Amino acid sequence: MLEVRHLSKSFGDRVAVADVSFVAETGRTLGLLGPNGAGKSTIVNIIAGVLRPDRGEARVHGAAVDSDTSPAKRLVGFVPQDLALYEELSALDNLRLFGSLYGLAGAELDARAASALGVARLSDRARDRVETFSGGMKRRLNIAAALLHEPRVLLLDEPTVGVDPQSRNAIFDTLAELRSGGMTLIYTTHYMEEAERLCDRIVIIDHGRVLADDTLDGLYARLPAHARPVQQVVTVRPTLESVFLELTGHRLRDD
Amino acid sequence: MTHRLAAMRALVAADLQIFFRDRRSVILNLVTPLAIAGLFGMVFGGGGSAPAGRLAIAVVDQDGSAISRAVAAGLAAEKTLAVSSLDEPAARDLVLKGKVRAAVVLPPGFGEAAGRAFLRSTDRPRVAVLYDPSQAATLAMVQGLLTQHVFTAVTGELFSGDGGTRLIDESLASLDTQGTDAAVTADLRELLTRARSLNERNRSQGGAGTASGGGLSVPFEVGDEPVTSGSTPYNAYAHATAGMGVQFILMMGIEAGVGLLLLRRRGLWLRLKAAPLARGTLLTARVVSAALMSLVMLAVLYGGATLLLGVRVDGSLAGFLGIAVAFALTTAAFGLLIAALGGTPEATRGLAIFATLVMVLLGGGWVPSFLFPAWLQQASLALPTSWAIGGFEAMTWRGLGLAEALPTIGALLAFTTVFLVIAVWRFRWDVASR
Ligand SMILES: Nc1ncnc2c1ncn2[C@@H]1O[C@H](COP(=O)(O)OP(=O)(O)OP(=O)(O)O)[C@@H](O)[C@H]1O
Ligand SMILES: [Mg+2]
Repeated sequence: MLEVRHLSKSFGDRVAVADVSFVAETGRTLGLLGPNGAGKSTIVNIIAGVLRPDRGEARVHGAAVDSDTSPAKRLVGFVPQDLALYEELSALDNLRLFGSLYGLAGAELDARAASALGVARLSDRARDRVETFSGGMKRRLNIAAALLHEPRVLLLDEPTVGVDPQSRNAIFDTLAELRSGGMTLIYTTHYMEEAERLCDRIVIIDHGRVLADDTLDGLYARLPAHARPVQQVVTVRPTLESVFLELTGHRLRDD
Repeated sequence: MTHRLAAMRALVAADLQIFFRDRRSVILNLVTPLAIAGLFGMVFGGGGSAPAGRLAIAVVDQDGSAISRAVAAGLAAEKTLAVSSLDEPAARDLVLKGKVRAAVVLPPGFGEAAGRAFLRSTDRPRVAVLYDPSQAATLAMVQGLLTQHVFTAVTGELFSGDGGTRLIDESLASLDTQGTDAAVTADLRELLTRARSLNERNRSQGGAGTASGGGLSVPFEVGDEPVTSGSTPYNAYAHATAGMGVQFILMMGIEAGVGLLLLRRRGLWLRLKAAPLARGTLLTARVVSAALMSLVMLAVLYGGATLLLGVRVDGSLAGFLGIAVAFALTTAAFGLLIAALGGTPEATRGLAIFATLVMVLLGGGWVPSFLFPAWLQQASLALPTSWAIGGFEAMTWRGLGLAEALPTIGALLAFTTVFLVIAVWRFRWDVASR
């Protein structure tokens, strides 16, 4: 479980986050939704312990993330918005390095790295340098790198930017597996359809403030009656994505 | 704690792996200092076996007397000088252009006047020494040699030259007109009369009549011996290697600092910070990897200098290694400091170029620091580069022992500590990826 209480953070005069609170239940996916500059990354960075809030706190399973070496940081996996990989190193070397930052070593580290590579569907590219990877492969590795220490809470800051539908679907499958394994997911995006597809609960943020915090159904119910979706008889057209996937196949494009 | 060490080792290994991955850049990084050290060493006199360059000076003899010719000949015979005989405008022109370091102008009537002034307190002739103000040190040297040769030539002419008797006679005649003490006058007359008969005897015996023979000479000779470790002569390459090693290691430390700032702009920085590690661990890892790279560079540089330039660690090897490790740490900490103060990679690079040039120049990396004014030599002790260069020289061609290395190692570690403390204090930790 993740509790965020009264978080505030300013950069100089600019208020990035203003008194934000929410709770993410264990094993659920919470979507942080907001336009560019809303403060999503700032919130996630604070939870990950890479940014100090001006006020408020984040607690993971009761433990505060309040210093560089807080034990709570071990419970958190962080997928930064920007790719956070050593381009010059192989996928495997990246994972080994990040694992050892969490105290993993030896056979355990090797096993975790191998399993993370499997999750990222990158086992056959393990020894290739990251700079030779496509954008989608890097995004998948970026997620895998956060899983090595088996965190309880996974923070994903726009993890699907610039990936093709094949990779995105692979990522969604991975996230579904993780959630069914009991992991709590915080998913940051401004793609509504991603939020609809993945999230149990959604926090909508703008200008650093929480505008809504509810389930999907609860959010729909907030709309004025005339704007609510109604049951209509329509001709269901196939989505463009389904055409795209029909033509290009569902297989990952890693070559 | 073992976790922290393991994490640090992993970070250092990643840094080194990335550094050594780019073979071409590694080779350039390692070979350039050696090449430049070779070049500098050559310019500053090479391996010590080559004779030191002669100082080019001009002599303008406007007098043409026996004495002036003897002075010119005496200077020309000096093995430290390369003397050309010119007229004054030509000499002045060459001094101005820096082609000769100085020109000695012996004016008309110089010999006559100098001989007279030696015997009596008449007006002394004025010898102009034109010198290149950028080479002021040569002035003293030329004046010294000139004094010696004028003295020899004048006394030689008086005691054995044709003109000598005439000058002595003149002085004898003038004794009566000077209203000095009668006893002193008698003594002087005695002395001059003896000198005159000595002159006549010299001329009738040797018949040489040359001003250079038979004169007084400077009553000592200088036996000069370069003081080095003994087994090897002074090696200009040893100085150049120390200077270039220090310069390039400094640049490497700065690159490491800039690399940290570039890293701070990337998402990777966030991932590193998200790990349960103290910030000191992350910064220390960077310092250690930069120091290790510096040590590799030093090893290659001194290895190459040993094989190709004849540079040898004649002093304490332990002292040499100690200084190497201490200076590698200093530069890594310096890179971090510059990064902390510079703030952005761009500003840091600008600041770094300035800082490196000043530190290397004033530290004596390019030209030996003994050429500096005294206050500057003192002030340069505030620079780690000065300590390092001095230390490397002490352990190589000066051949000094471990005891001489310890103050240097201590000073360098003190610099490291100060740099690190300021760097960690000033480093802006919380700059997000964008
Ligand atoms: N390091 C920083 N220095 C100054 N201002 C910052 C910094 N980081 C974020 N901000 C500002 O804080 C506000 C929130 O930024 P944040 O990155 O959290 O938004 P976001 O919701 O993640 O946006 P996006 O969808 O573009 O990623 C913005 O106005 C941004 O300009
Ligand atoms: Mg963001």
